[in-house]
Amino acid sequence: MSEVSPHGRLASLTLVPHATGLAAKDFKSDQEVRWCPGCGDYAILAAFQAFLPTLEAPRENIVVVSGIGCSSRLPYYVNSYGMHSIHGRAPAIATGLAASRPDLSVWVITGDGDALSIGGNHLIHALRRNVNIKVLLFNNRIYGLTKGQYSPTSEQGKVTKSTPFGSLDYPFNPVSLALGAEASFVARSVDSDRKHLQSVLTAAADHQGAAFIEIFQNCPIFNDDAFAPIKEPSAPGLIRLSHGQPVRFGPDGSLGLTYGPYGALQAVAADSVPESQLVVHDVTRDDPTYAFALSRLDNRDFSHTPIGVFRSVPRPSYDSLMAAQLEKAREGGEGDLAKLLAGNDTWEVG
Amino acid sequence: MTKQVQELDHVIIRFAGDSGDGMQLTGDRFTQETAVFGNDLSTLPNFPAEIRAPAGTLPGVSSFQLHFADHDILTPGDAPDVLVAMNPAALKANVTDLPRGKDLIVNTDEFTKRNLQKVGYDKNPIEDGSLSAYHVHAVPLTSLTVKALQDQNLSRKDAERAKNMFALGLLSWLYGRPAEGTLNFLEQKFGKRPEIYKANVTAFHAGWNFGETTEAFSVRYEVKPAALKPGTYRNITGNTALAYGLIAAAQLAKLPLFLGSYPITPASDVLHELSRHKKFGVRTFQAEDEISAVGSALGAAFGGALAVTTSSGPGIILKMETAGLAVSTELPLIIVDVQRAGPSTGMPTKTEQADLLLALYGRNGESPVPVVAAASPSDCFNAAIEAARIAVTYRTPVILLSDGYLANGSEPWLLPDVAALPDLSQDFAFATQETHVNGDGEFRPFKRDPQTLARPWAIPGTPGLEHRIGGIEKADGAGTISYDPDNHDLMVRARQAKVDGITVPDLEVDDPDGRAKLLVLGWGSTYGSIGAAIRRSRRAGYQVAQAHLRHLNPFPANLGDVLRSYEKVLVPEINLGQLALLLRGKYLVDVISYNRVRGLPFQAAELAGAIEEVLSHV
Ligand code: SF4
Repeated sequence: MSEVSPHGRLASLTLVPHATGLAAKDFKSDQEVRWCPGCGDYAILAAFQAFLPTLEAPRENIVVVSGIGCSSRLPYYVNSYGMHSIHGRAPAIATGLAASRPDLSVWVITGDGDALSIGGNHLIHALRRNVNIKVLLFNNRIYGLTKGQYSPTSEQGKVTKSTPFGSLDYPFNPVSLALGAEASFVARSVDSDRKHLQSVLTAAADHQGAAFIEIFQNCPIFNDDAFAPIKEPSAPGLIRLSHGQPVRFGPDGSLGLTYGPYGALQAVAADSVPESQLVVHDVTRDDPTYAFALSRLDNRDFSHTPIGVFRSVPRPSYDSLMAAQLEKAREGGEGDLAKLLAGNDTWEVG
Repeated sequence: MTKQVQELDHVIIRFAGDSGDGMQLTGDRFTQETAVFGNDLSTLPNFPAEIRAPAGTLPGVSSFQLHFADHDILTPGDAPDVLVAMNPAALKANVTDLPRGKDLIVNTDEFTKRNLQKVGYDKNPIEDGSLSAYHVHAVPLTSLTVKALQDQNLSRKDAERAKNMFALGLLSWLYGRPAEGTLNFLEQKFGKRPEIYKANVTAFHAGWNFGETTEAFSVRYEVKPAALKPGTYRNITGNTALAYGLIAAAQLAKLPLFLGSYPITPASDVLHELSRHKKFGVRTFQAEDEISAVGSALGAAFGGALAVTTSSGPGIILKMETAGLAVSTELPLIIVDVQRAGPSTGMPTKTEQADLLLALYGRNGESPVPVVAAASPSDCFNAAIEAARIAVTYRTPVILLSDGYLANGSEPWLLPDVAALPDLSQDFAFATQETHVNGDGEFRPFKRDPQTLARPWAIPGTPGLEHRIGGIEKADGAGTISYDPDNHDLMVRARQAKVDGITVPDLEVDDPDGRAKLLVLGWGSTYGSIGAAIRRSRRAGYQVAQAHLRHLNPFPANLGDVLRSYEKVLVPEINLGQLALLLRGKYLVDVISYNRVRGLPFQAAELAGAIEEVLSHV
């Protein structure tokens, strides 16, 4: 994990003003929350609002930018600055804002359709650039706002309104995609586990640059129980990742991970191999191969589903590199407009 | 040998060669020499879209036309007086533009059997008499260059490459251009590679001396300096002027400049230019696509930057989604469209004015956007400042129209007095808690300024003004989501009224004795050609008035009156009549549309013909 800065600020907030004394209620807007009853978005919103005061940043220096979709309504409910923008474009808009205003803490709220379908291009480029934005992808594996078509994370063969004979597309694995896009911070959490979600949010805020968090989110209306197999804290397939700890899961932590052929990870009974062969979780590996292998553990059936931080490697953020170029150029003083306009080749008339 | 000197009032030279022959550089240098000499001038580069089309073929021909004169001129000229053809392809592609009796300088070395065949010449045109209508100067440019460089330890290829400098030396001699600037330029460009520097300088001098000694040229020409307005001048292209205008606008508005852009011909040079000026605090972001380019700019605008995105037609259509969000969120944003020939990819390096209706109407819903157009290369500077004024004052996206001709064309520019430029920071202020929170502690992000109808520009980081905006319809004043039918009607009208109410200067009409029956009305880059055509017609005894629109939305308040005060209105456009459609629709005036859509600027002669044709019916 990245170091906490000398001022005690989380790493992504070193240029954001400091403020204390805020509480969750300060981040509730006067707008009535209008998701369907039982929607996982409620839990995520509550966790987010309760988490924001821990940033110790003034409300006015926090900006929430979203695209279009059920999840993208979230900015209206958070009493900070916010923009509910265009389908898929939130990472692009947030990039311009974060690159020009390092004093802001910028959060992107998006969904599986918004970020992975119409906005896929913006997402991957924002991640590879390492712009100082935190992307929260609410993955419900369905289009909710348009009333139930399959999404880029829906399982193949899904029967929906637009696919009465089953969907033909093979789905994305969002964590694998983010890792492939050179993201420096990648994590996954679950709507119903507030403590876990908040710990991941804190880790993201403590990362300088782009952070990508996939949040499993239940849509009770169009895709109920999509994540049921891992919703129980004791779910046998749920793997809680913890940096520096051996990866253990299953009944009484009886299972662990070892490396199989071609660098793939495989689940084994922990006592069947020497302790030294069990994988110890390390988020700081510069080579994303290990994190990618972790992301491939579950692919379809939730038999082994890691949550937590997959990868967190330090890399200078885009906005700080941009600011450094500007600063360097201005070392010898500000630009002189008259000189610029004249250039090198002038002549006099009269 | 002393040569006869003939005085001319203007000359149009066209350099034409293979894209690899350095014709753009040769043209640029001749232009700079001409500018320093004090002539008025106007240029028209014309190059293929392919970076390296096959050598010696017609698609690979690149040319540069320069018009210079002892008086002020408005266009790069219709037809050349002198054509320099570096190979058979350049001859074939350009000779039809050369009027009979004019000078033709050909590089005979390149007229080999193979090169002739490549472009479909069965016989060598230099020898078969087919060029007898022209005054042909057959010069073995390549071999003369190689010969001049024979003592220098160069490969034949490197020696041949200097032939454009030989040609430049020869032309510089022919028109008495000062050589100093070119010699300095070569030192700057090749100073680090002394052998190449030396080769270019030697070739330039050899070309000059060749002119002096050869009998192929018996006359030298002289074009006296023009009596331009006194002051300090430089030569400038439209793209550079536009980039400088944006930097100036940001300084005048006291805002940081942010450019989100994606490479596209012919707009990329604005991105290149702005990316060099970090000293002015300019942030440039090369985005992953056109959508992200404009999206990032809108994000920066939300954060309080003077935000700009630059592109050409194929990119502009992709940006329209975000332009709509900027209309809805009422944030300042400058969208620069350096138009090129369309539809689709069209002809990337050729000019056109066919994005006017796209700029005005190319978005879903009622989505009014102010539109400003530049009239000449140096005018791109002023147009950029005007676009910025409207954007920040009224909190609206503004589309600034330039085009390929303005972008790459150049002209002398009387440098503005920086202290006299408008102070844009007077036109707006960021909202603060003190200025915008009412008695009960409420901030209303869509409460409009009674004068401008602009909403407050409340940027993140301002305490007490936290608010949410977006593309969903907003309640008047409060800015919260609203699906109320009457509120929507009110907001649609309010956004339109804001744009309609933008203060723009009245249209000025040039009608010297006030007796003209015909008004020629243009917009954008046709300013020069229309002006030149009108001069011709007036010299021929016709009375004709000229007016040119800077503002396409909203139109100047007096436009309707102006249109109705003339018996006929002629509207030349490099499209199929887009402004004409607007004028007819809005003012019910039956304007006459004149259109040529060839990817090139109008020729003054064809426009003068159109003017005289209309006048023959009144
Ligand atoms: S449709 Fe699904 S995701 Fe959308 S608000 Fe309703 S429950 Fe939530």
